[in-house]
Amino acid sequence: MTVASDSSHRRAKPPNRLFKNWMAKIASLPMILTALFVFVGGTAWTITYSFTGSRMLPKIKWVGFDQYERLWETDRWIISIKNLAVYGGCSLILTLVLGFTLAACLDRKIRFESAFRTIFLYPFALSFVVTGLVWQWILNPDFGLQSVVRGWGWESFTFNPLNDPETVMFGLLIAGLWQGTGLIMCIMLAGLRGIDEDIWKAARVDGIGTVKTYVMVIIPMMRPVFITALVLIASGIIKLYDLVVAQTGGGPGLSSEVPAKYVIEYMFRAQNLGQGFAASTMMLCSVVIILIPWAYLEFGGRKRG
Amino acid sequence: MSKIMQRLVAGTALTAASATMALAEGVKLEVTHWWTSGGEAAAVSKFAEAWNATGNTWVDGAIAGSGGTARPIIISRILGGDPMAATQLNHGRQAQELIEAGLLLDLTDVAEAGGWKDIVNPTSLLDACTLEGRIYCVPVNIHSAQWIWLSHDAYEKAGLTVPTNWHEFVASSGDLEAAGTLPLAMGQQGWQQNIAFGAITLAVAGLDAWTEVNVNKNADVARGPEYTAAFEAAAASRALAAKSNVQDWNQATNMVITGQAGAQIMGDWAQGEFAVAGAVEGEDYSCLPGLGLNAVLDTGGDAFYFPVNEDPEITAAQKELAALLISPEVQVSFNLAKGSLPVRGDIDMSAANGCMQKGLAILADGGVLPSGDISFSQDTTLQIEDLMAQFWSSDMSAADAQAAYAKLIEDAD
Repeated sequence: MTVASDSSHRRAKPPNRLFKNWMAKIASLPMILTALFVFVGGTAWTITYSFTGSRMLPKIKWVGFDQYERLWETDRWIISIKNLAVYGGCSLILTLVLGFTLAACLDRKIRFESAFRTIFLYPFALSFVVTGLVWQWILNPDFGLQSVVRGWGWESFTFNPLNDPETVMFGLLIAGLWQGTGLIMCIMLAGLRGIDEDIWKAARVDGIGTVKTYVMVIIPMMRPVFITALVLIASGIIKLYDLVVAQTGGGPGLSSEVPAKYVIEYMFRAQNLGQGFAASTMMLCSVVIILIPWAYLEFGGRKRG
Repeated sequence: MSKIMQRLVAGTALTAASATMALAEGVKLEVTHWWTSGGEAAAVSKFAEAWNATGNTWVDGAIAGSGGTARPIIISRILGGDPMAATQLNHGRQAQELIEAGLLLDLTDVAEAGGWKDIVNPTSLLDACTLEGRIYCVPVNIHSAQWIWLSHDAYEKAGLTVPTNWHEFVASSGDLEAAGTLPLAMGQQGWQQNIAFGAITLAVAGLDAWTEVNVNKNADVARGPEYTAAFEAAAASRALAAKSNVQDWNQATNMVITGQAGAQIMGDWAQGEFAVAGAVEGEDYSCLPGLGLNAVLDTGGDAFYFPVNEDPEITAAQKELAALLISPEVQVSFNLAKGSLPVRGDIDMSAANGCMQKGLAILADGGVLPSGDISFSQDTTLQIEDLMAQFWSSDMSAADAQAAYAKLIEDAD
């Protein structure tokens, strides 16, 4: 995308712009080549081979759309998509809401702000595997939260999300939020600190309440910050894999399977590369479907304005 | 681009050179496997001891997690040009494409020198290592999946006699549950649920129907009345295991060892866990091959494959190790520790306990079946496991599961 917009700029400007900052351009050449060969080339290769009957080793043996037909007839894939939709929707909204609320609270010039900031950001320093294991233990009914609360005397207390197919995705969501909210909070806090003090003074002079100022004035001003946060959260949702593997292993049964896990398992465990490639191509398609209209609105709009 | 390639080649050469320098005393062979539970680790150390005793060095490359985790790592290392000297895989079709691509060492000369054709029993094990007349792996043990393990402790606490077959187990499960014991321990993972389903099918649907479906891939039989009965029996067992909330197989075995659960359907590798816990067969637990109904066992198991290596010294050592793994003493000590059956019929296994003696007797009578690893591709296996995971952990009806299963058998390869 960078390459494409660069070349359109070049055509519009006098040719000597090409050699302006030539040191910087040479320096970025490795990255451009990597992007071309690894990302674009790898993607094209994967899509090509998703139309073949490759098993353990990639082989050109065309089978048309067979892999895709099988994919969409597979219960596990459908379950994976639904799970990701539930997790993704909840995670997106809750991370943004919680992240912004926490940031707004810290922004009210409370005491020990840096201590709170550290505490909230700390989970982000852990890998998803550690997070998954920790929450697997916390949510374990025999020695986790449930048994602790029962030990306090509330005998009928039941909180066992990971062993119930209906609620297991929310068990994952808790762990995901615990890990991810801190980072979003920090980004939001940075955004809030970038808001000019005079805005607040003006709002106070006009007699607008604090909450209303946040919603009507501050949030619209923080649009770029929200977009950054959105991209970070969305990419985290699509590649959700290690948390599931560590916390539930996809279980009970298939009830916490996710698309990325389907791809990995069919590529390597089932030794069926074609099927895995078809699934990963579908994942790419879903990203592209979301990304292109957004990029068009975001960048296309700016050019006109 | 070419410069990067040169760098890479130079780097590889350096690594190779330093590896050769380490060969001053004996040969270091890195061996990868996924034997990490207590009983398994005890067994693999027998191999290591025997190899180290020859003056060479066993570099242990244990990969935690089950075969499903380890196999992709092993295969990607072989494909990626960083092969280990030897690796465990299940014999059957897992390595077929690697052999076809010429990545695994041909062991035919070692096999002929050792007379493997005459000593390996059942011979189907060696067939599973053979592709187009050449032998590519050493079978080291036989594992069968059709076993049920019963906790004496749990039955005594409930005041019941220990069942001697599957029907008695089902009949007694109500009383066991009333006594507050979980009747059936079940790890909530597809492969374990598939093992339980396979064993129940063999017991309920019978040998003929099982063979038609699992060997001849006959989807009509999979739709037939025998399999309807099997799926209904599986649905009933699902209710018995409903309160089991462990994931790994050895956690489920542990529930049987400690008497928290009445029984577990699991392969004979569970034996190793009982041995490590110091439990005694006949006093603390019993085992019923074929769920006590059909005295047949499948003959899956583990085999060692040796990725092709350019260093002749390592190749020679690989062949030496291959011959060692199947030698009588090593076969005895390894299989006693692991609780699996030896691959040769000509050795003295009188030190084996009751469960293994039962298995040996079945082998001697020829009650052997091919394992799923031999008849189905990994792709079909994973699809069946996915279906089982879905079936055992939801309220999917037996009829729906049977229809989906028959479809998979129809498409199986």
